[in-house]
Amino acid sequence: MKKRVVLPPYIFWLVTFVLVPMSLVVYFAFTDKNGNFSLSNLNDVFLYSNVFLRSIWLGFIATSFCFLIGYPTAYIISRVNIKCRKFLIAMIMLPMWTNFLLKTYAWMTILEERGFVSCFFQFLGIGKFSLINTSSAVVFGMVYNFITYMILPIYSVLIRNDRHLVEAAQDLGANQLKIFLKVTFPLSLPGVIAGIAMVFVPSVSTFVLSKMLGGGKDLLIGDIIDMQFLGSVYNPCLGSAISLVLMILVFICSGIMNQFVKREERTVIAL
Amino acid sequence: MIFSFNSSKSRILWTGFTFEWYKSLFEDKEILKSLNNTLFVAFTASIFATIIGTIAAAGILKLNKYYQKVILSVTRLPLINPEIVNGISLMLLFVFIHKKTGFFEQGIFTLILSHITFCLPYVVLSVIPKLRQLTPNIYEAALDLGCTPFSAFLKVVLREIMPGVVTGGIMAFTVSIDDFVVSYFTGGAVQTLSISIYSMSKRSISPKINALSTLLFLSTLILLIIINFRESKENIKKKELI
Repeated sequence: MKKRVVLPPYIFWLVTFVLVPMSLVVYFAFTDKNGNFSLSNLNDVFLYSNVFLRSIWLGFIATSFCFLIGYPTAYIISRVNIKCRKFLIAMIMLPMWTNFLLKTYAWMTILEERGFVSCFFQFLGIGKFSLINTSSAVVFGMVYNFITYMILPIYSVLIRNDRHLVEAAQDLGANQLKIFLKVTFPLSLPGVIAGIAMVFVPSVSTFVLSKMLGGGKDLLIGDIIDMQFLGSVYNPCLGSAISLVLMILVFICSGIMNQFVKREERTVIAL
Repeated sequence: MIFSFNSSKSRILWTGFTFEWYKSLFEDKEILKSLNNTLFVAFTASIFATIIGTIAAAGILKLNKYYQKVILSVTRLPLINPEIVNGISLMLLFVFIHKKTGFFEQGIFTLILSHITFCLPYVVLSVIPKLRQLTPNIYEAALDLGCTPFSAFLKVVLREIMPGVVTGGIMAFTVSIDDFVVSYFTGGAVQTLSISIYSMSKRSISPKINALSTLLFLSTLILLIIINFRESKENIKKKELI
């Protein structure tokens, strides 16, 4: 009886503010400036294919770094005692609670030409070393901003794992490396996949980072979309087309990830 | 952060200790106004999102499996979508409606609407697990004892799922405060804190930003400590009860 009263407002909300806007993106992607159906916008998207490739490439590098740093961190945190663990998790969450722009701004200072990092390298005698306005700075910003999203899912999976499985493997004569490769790592895969998805999607679609850290030289997809809507070249149709492609890319990614996780779960259950 | 106390404008050289930037921060009307806007939007959006989301979560669980799946995946859409796509799709909607009807001019109202939209999934997804844990008999018992469905929900169910509701609300609040991308596209001329930081960092380097970040950092740190403290207190209470 209750559901009749309770749900319609929410469904209405979802339709107006989630589904309708998304279909508007699709609609604008397929129309030209006069409102006629056209495919030219989607054609134009290919002009930006190098931007797409660059974004995906930078996102890929950032995700790999996040994984390489994040997995050992999550692993170590899941091993220490509870008090230590709580403290470490709080330390990792802390940057998440500060505004993302402020963090990036702080890094601008540190990476800049006369900043901390370059002074440090000068001190070591390597010479002047400026990171700001390069793509490495952008990747660095991505890694720094999104690594929490890699550590937390992996940590939460690792912590839930059954310790007895590791002990069983030890009893059966596996060494530490083998235990890790054959027991711990496969069991933590769902967390790894969730982490990868949570880092990759925002890295690919980010748009302030490249402006602030990259000096606006290497444009990313986000910057192009921003330019089409609020920037100098006002062309919402093309902007929508680019966003549509981005949206589809992300959906394909998350679809593959989902498939993968489900299969993992199934094999775990089957075992 | 340390440099917020530095008296020179440089971010590298340390010339002396001063509170001057804090003073000028509090005299900067633009920043104060945007802080005001941010807090107002975050409060309204998170409260509305909490109310709508909680009720919706209760409704969703009453549906059969198929519809549950459909609605939940639509709920998750704003989380899966890149933020920038959320932002521009909402902007297109508001511009479109504005062109057709003249309502929904971009401003604080559209900002709140879009913030509610991307806060909702957090609330719904943190309330639903709590509702699943609930024994369905409690609600029925309350009905048998003569409650109307509404008061039964309010007095019995809501009390049980409160932790989930509060977590969802806090999450919505922090997400809303922290948001830049969506506000950037849907806020029109209204400045939130993130947007004014963005434009400040574009224009020139002012130590006011350092002062501001110190203050924000300290306030979130205090908030976190309070939350942790309350949690450990509750744990102690629970242990005593047992």
